Amino acid sequence: MRETNPIIFGLKLKYSSMTSLIIILCVVLLMIVLLQIAKVMELTSRIKGERAALKASSEWNGWLSLAFMVVFLVGVIWSAWHYRNQMLGYGPLQSASEHGAITDRLFNTTLFFTGIVFVLTHIALFWFAYKYRYQEGKKAQFISHDNRLEVFWTAVPAVVMTVLVIQGLNAWNKIMADTKEGEDYIEIEAMGQQFGWTIRYPGKDGLLGTRNFRLTTGANQVGQDFTDPKNWDDVIPGQEFLLPVNKKVRVRIIAKDVLHNFYLPHFRVKMDAVPGMPTYFVFTPTKTTAEFRNELRKYEEYNTPYDPTEPNGPKRWEKFDYELACAELCGKGHYSMRRVFKIVSEQEYESWIAQQESFYMTQIRGKDDDPNKGKRLPIDVDAPALEPAPATL
Amino acid sequence: MAELLKSAETLEDKLTQEVGFDDHFHDHHHGDKYQSNFITTYIFSTDHKIIARQFLITGIFWAFIGAAMSIIFRLQLGFPEADLVWLKPLLGKWIQVNDLGIGKLDPEFYYALVTMHGTILVFFVLTAGLSGTFSNLLIPLQIGARDMASPLLNAFSYWFFFLAGLVMFISLFLSTGPFSGGWVAYPPLSALPQASDGSGAGMTLWIVSMALFVVSVLLGGMNYITTVLNLRTKGMNMWRLPLTIWAFFVTAIIGLLSFPVLFSGLLLLVFDRSFGTSFYLSEIVVGGQILDRVGGSPILFQHLFWFLGHPEVYIIILPAMGIVSEVLSVHARKPIFGYKAMVFSILAIAFLSFIVWAHHMFMAGVNPFISNFFVIFTLIIAVPSAVKVFNWISTVYGSNFRFNAASLFSIGFVSMFISGGLTGIFLGNSAIDIQLHDTYFVVAHFHIVMGIAAFFGMFAGIYHWFPKMFGRFMNETLGRIHFWGTMIGAYLIFWPMHYTGMAGVPRRYYSIENFDAFKHFVGLNKFITVAAIIVFFLQIVFIVNFFYSIWKGRRMTEKNPWGATTLEWTTPIDAGHGNWPGKIPAVQRWAYDYGKGGKEFIPQYMPMEKGEHDHGH
Repeated sequence: MRETNPIIFGLKLKYSSMTSLIIILCVVLLMIVLLQIAKVMELTSRIKGERAALKASSEWNGWLSLAFMVVFLVGVIWSAWHYRNQMLGYGPLQSASEHGAITDRLFNTTLFFTGIVFVLTHIALFWFAYKYRYQEGKKAQFISHDNRLEVFWTAVPAVVMTVLVIQGLNAWNKIMADTKEGEDYIEIEAMGQQFGWTIRYPGKDGLLGTRNFRLTTGANQVGQDFTDPKNWDDVIPGQEFLLPVNKKVRVRIIAKDVLHNFYLPHFRVKMDAVPGMPTYFVFTPTKTTAEFRNELRKYEEYNTPYDPTEPNGPKRWEKFDYELACAELCGKGHYSMRRVFKIVSEQEYESWIAQQESFYMTQIRGKDDDPNKGKRLPIDVDAPALEPAPATL
Repeated sequence: MAELLKSAETLEDKLTQEVGFDDHFHDHHHGDKYQSNFITTYIFSTDHKIIARQFLITGIFWAFIGAAMSIIFRLQLGFPEADLVWLKPLLGKWIQVNDLGIGKLDPEFYYALVTMHGTILVFFVLTAGLSGTFSNLLIPLQIGARDMASPLLNAFSYWFFFLAGLVMFISLFLSTGPFSGGWVAYPPLSALPQASDGSGAGMTLWIVSMALFVVSVLLGGMNYITTVLNLRTKGMNMWRLPLTIWAFFVTAIIGLLSFPVLFSGLLLLVFDRSFGTSFYLSEIVVGGQILDRVGGSPILFQHLFWFLGHPEVYIIILPAMGIVSEVLSVHARKPIFGYKAMVFSILAIAFLSFIVWAHHMFMAGVNPFISNFFVIFTLIIAVPSAVKVFNWISTVYGSNFRFNAASLFSIGFVSMFISGGLTGIFLGNSAIDIQLHDTYFVVAHFHIVMGIAAFFGMFAGIYHWFPKMFGRFMNETLGRIHFWGTMIGAYLIFWPMHYTGMAGVPRRYYSIENFDAFKHFVGLNKFITVAAIIVFFLQIVFIVNFFYSIWKGRRMTEKNPWGATTLEWTTPIDAGHGNWPGKIPAVQRWAYDYGKGGKEFIPQYMPMEKGEHDHGH
């Protein structure tokens, strides 16, 4: 290849730096042009006289205000319409959990009231500015206050806020209520750590075993206490996490190192994971992954290729999954804590969980970390039973 | 017009001679002997007008740095594939060059930039740069005082701010990088250097800088409060104060009550970081190491932080509200509508600002029952805020509205405050916050309502009082280009973020491409980044205009160019230390007699006519 880089003022420049030089020169030039225009305008205004200049400026900017108001309000409505199928709560992205429907409805109620205020105040603000723009010799009205008007516009927001607060608190206390004793639910545990989630399922006993952070080792990441029999059948799936549809789930949320946040956008679930203080979120999934995909399928936006470089590959709706993300800054890998939850029918879930092997039995039993090493436990299957089997069997 | 003003000035001098307040200013041979050279006049000055300019120019410096940082991380968000090798001369090792020669921004440094952007803008620009500048400039001038109650502490206030900035600036050059755990500095991340590089020396310097900053705010605040309470000129009772002064006064009180709480929170953090205590730490395993720390709670820090953090947003927005009320009224040629309602709403907002802090923590694991109270108080704030908005709009109604850069930015402020304030009603309702907490919806909300809006208030103040500060005008044409570009650009940047937030995209993500639910917003992110770059260059237009006008702007030829009623326009154009050469004018009426009885405006020093109604009472 021939050397084609130009030489300017004795400096050999690469083309890439040439481009940046040109960009910088353009910006500087633009600044100079602006400054010159500004100076000229100032001079003309001095010639025209201050009043005339103010009149001209007010005329111009009054019209601009009006134009801005129209374009802004139309733009807001158009863009909201444009993105409706990408936003949670609209189009295909309806809530996939029971309580999510309540939060979405509350969002829309608030949007209704604030939307009215937003449009009316903007029209008033810019219309008044335009209508009452400076005119030579015009006198402004002397209006210092109006008690009736002020009482009115204090009372109206107060009433609207009362409505929103009552609805909001009703919803909040319903959503955040913990499970009651005797209720039928599945409890799982999600542990946030830099940078990922460890999800623990109770085994056949339906109970999560106790943990103690001091017991954490390379193999025992959660710090499970294996002297607790409840831990022996607990399951820590590696890749796939399933939950049954229409069944209440209580997620016990813990953190290993710093703050994290257990965030399932499609279920409207979000709760910080706090070191030293387990938190929880109770929710009931109402749509299986397959059902949600079918919803998406009806929309144009989701019939585009999942991977733009593969136009004939799977469509976006086919690859849809419920994703778990972290929503509390936890360090440099904060953005990468992705896990996938699959919502399936109850039967499917039962057969999946039955196939999962106990973390203790597969990873810990008999190794150095096992506090029960050498002891025989009731769950040891490969070993002979504790007592000799009766002869009748 | 010129003649009219001339005769007004003669009348003013006569009145000041007759009824003005004589504090025997001339008997002391002030003459400001100490202001004899450049250093004592412009650097270690105790004149509040010079200190105001110092705050402003330092604030502009930090605003430039903070905005430039946002452009760098916006490049990462908008153009994740782009080659950033060209930033290597500036950022060094924080641009990692891969085998293909493609330079990428280091995620650790991305978070450092986000953190520094937040810290710098919230504290250095919108607290010190806004409140510091205008409280200093306007409190003595508008209440009729020679200077602050303690000019020396006032100078210290600036120099502690300067030191705070210096320490923060140094932290940018640490080999482990500046602090990178978010401007809220939540532990354990901020307490454990093992958890994040920036939590080492970067965090130490961050805490030192914040401590110095707290000192600066307290010294300034004590001064502002004392000055407003004790140094008002003859006749200037509280109901005759312009709304600017009310806003600065209440802001100073909020700062005085809340910043020490941040300091105590940081002190405990220092103990946790350095002395092995466990105020905020419990049951932590980090980097394979089991820490012997139990019993603390990270939530405690959040309570202490937000006890400052929430009032802080009002520390930012109240001065902007005060400035806008004043600027709107002057250029509408009309009294501010509902002066008393404006004062009471400032007081209501200030009071409520102390009992809403936990609305930042609905999803932090606090007892859900407690959230009930915070929802109620948070949504109540909408009422005084709404009153203020309606009053600003009514001020424009029936006016003779002079469009110029200052008044345009005031209109822009009201628009931004409405747009951003309304989204607060969503976020303040805990049930909706489940979905929106820590998403881009929050980013859109607070950038519009306290970022852009506060900046607009600041710009309105700068364009309006620039003649008072420098004896010259800023260029109007550039000012209007600056306004319209920024107004449109700011909405183009932040409005789309509502949609990404409603789609669930979390904030503080280095990349959104790991998630199927978020990654299709890369296109919108690109749009936002382009808008941000354009708006950034428009701010350079402002900076050029600002510094050009200091030396080359159109000269001020009359004392009161806007035809305002307030006292700052009665001082000589090149007022020395002490503000008024002779007696201080006495105040005889409220600050908003515009268009009254057929007169264009009646300055505050004018006596009431027989049977005239005093609107300040």
